[in-house]
Amino acid sequence: MGWGFAGPFVAVFGLVFLAPIGYAGYLSLFRDRLIGGTSFVGLDNYGEALTDPRFWDGLTRVGLFLLVQVPIMLGIALLTALAIDSGRLYGKTFFRVSIFLPYAVPAVVASLIWGFMYGGQFGLVGNINEALGVSLPDPLSPSLVLASIGNIVTWEFVGYNMLIFYSALKVVPRSLYEAAAIDGAGEWRIVTSVKLPAIRSALVIATIFSIIGSFQLFNEPSILQKLAPNAITNDLTPNLYTYSLSFSGQQHNYAATVAIVMGVITAIIAYAVQLRGMRKG
Amino acid sequence: MTTSMTTAAAGSGPTSAEPRTGRAPAAPHRIPPAAVRGRKRLPHTPLNPRRSVPLTLLTGLVLVYTLLPLAWLVVNATKSRRGLVDSFGLWFADDFSLWDNITRTVTYDDGVFVRWLLNTLLYVAAGAGGATVLAVLGGYALAKYDFPGRKAVFAVVIGAVAVPGTALAVPTFLMFSNMGLTNTPWAVIIPSLISPFGLYLMWVFAAEAVPAELLEAARIDGSGELRTFFTIALPLLVPGTVTVLLFSMVATWNNYFLPLIMIKDPDWYPLTLGLNAWNAQAQTAGGEAVFDLIVTGSLLTIVPIVVVFLLLQRYWQSGLAAGSVKE
Repeated sequence: MGWGFAGPFVAVFGLVFLAPIGYAGYLSLFRDRLIGGTSFVGLDNYGEALTDPRFWDGLTRVGLFLLVQVPIMLGIALLTALAIDSGRLYGKTFFRVSIFLPYAVPAVVASLIWGFMYGGQFGLVGNINEALGVSLPDPLSPSLVLASIGNIVTWEFVGYNMLIFYSALKVVPRSLYEAAAIDGAGEWRIVTSVKLPAIRSALVIATIFSIIGSFQLFNEPSILQKLAPNAITNDLTPNLYTYSLSFSGQQHNYAATVAIVMGVITAIIAYAVQLRGMRKG
Repeated sequence: MTTSMTTAAAGSGPTSAEPRTGRAPAAPHRIPPAAVRGRKRLPHTPLNPRRSVPLTLLTGLVLVYTLLPLAWLVVNATKSRRGLVDSFGLWFADDFSLWDNITRTVTYDDGVFVRWLLNTLLYVAAGAGGATVLAVLGGYALAKYDFPGRKAVFAVVIGAVAVPGTALAVPTFLMFSNMGLTNTPWAVIIPSLISPFGLYLMWVFAAEAVPAELLEAARIDGSGELRTFFTIALPLLVPGTVTVLLFSMVATWNNYFLPLIMIKDPDWYPLTLGLNAWNAQAQTAGGEAVFDLIVTGSLLTIVPIVVVFLLLQRYWQSGLAAGSVKE
């Protein structure tokens, strides 16, 4: 009887999760040539992917991106959650709801708004340059575009992570704070010795999903590409690269290989973070 | 596959937390210290905090950061194409043309924006609605039935949360292409039907909310399994169901990557792809620079989802709480 209820989910899951993974593995073993058609090439595609500078450059870029963006985003999210949870804010519900609000905004709209604001035509940067007679560096130039994308991603998800932390903080038993306060612990001491250890698993989970999200970076650069075609190349991130291989270049077999390599790397790193995060405490 | 749903899952993990779905978060922060303890006065401790203006101002910086782009969007949706360029970005132009902008947005190109809106509604209703049904049934089965393969189902689905959605995109596209499904609504709807986070959430929720004795009593009274589900279990599962529906709705409404690869025909675009196409057109030499329509269209795209979001906002928190707290 249990299968009767779980069956529909499992069937669709098999179709849209398991079958594509298997199919990708199958595709990655073949190569399609203009002359000679499709032929079995064993692991040749993997060999090519592992030495493909365009893939590794993209991977290095998202690696760098996440080392900077994830700590900033989670740091702001954590401090905001602690501030709201402290009960010392005026209008804390307004804070909580408003800061979470960007999560409801589609990546397309978020990227368009920020992209326009970055722009010199009718954007804020153009306004400021005009009003103050300065010339700020162009956020959509090749050297700054990664930071500008990082800002958009931070804006989209800072409230979401804040709410995860805040929800975890809310269920920490208040008696722990009471005990710590009686022992003479100050507010900051309670944060570091009681609150942070208590929400450790929420911190680890948010970190893992932020890392996975960074490795998958696609939507924001893909949309900004129209505003900054010179700064955002087709291989800026591994996912942009896979996409362009497959849909502009028609190299489906190689695209599937790059996608698998990327998936394996992401899974290994996520797993390592989880092991490390859960070890203590 | 559903990239945004993977992000929405950022709160999952094995847990035994009680889902506090459905109740307004009203945990009293302050226990009257002197009354309870009697021996020591705690004037302003974490249990009895004093409101702080500096801390409010400091946190206000984050608030300004999150609200500023939305304010920019609202202000600029009121401007004509000329006002957009001529006036300061964070203040209104002389001509207030919001209504005119809305009219032109929904009538531009034979009302294609309305078509995109209807497509989005179709994808949300079928995709998010279907995802919720599958998650509720599956979560209930995992929580309340012991059937062969139950553990395996759970392990595989939770493992799938970590699979990068975009890694599945190319093979899924090729598969659907061979099946003749690309460029049809099915290509967007079918992958949206799976929400591993939704299944997980319903499993946790059903385990807590539906007492086994109640199901047992119904069975002894001769009620069939289906009838027991609909009359006994389902009413108890409503708060968790609303939470899953909400997450799935936002994920489907905001989906970009999946329709991008699956849909080439603009007639089947959702709003997100449509706005992207207008932006591409505006950036192309010779294309009509419809920036005013993109700005207004963006505002129209987020208004419905923000309204739903604000009306049901307590469910968000309960969903995230259930996912993020682990013993």
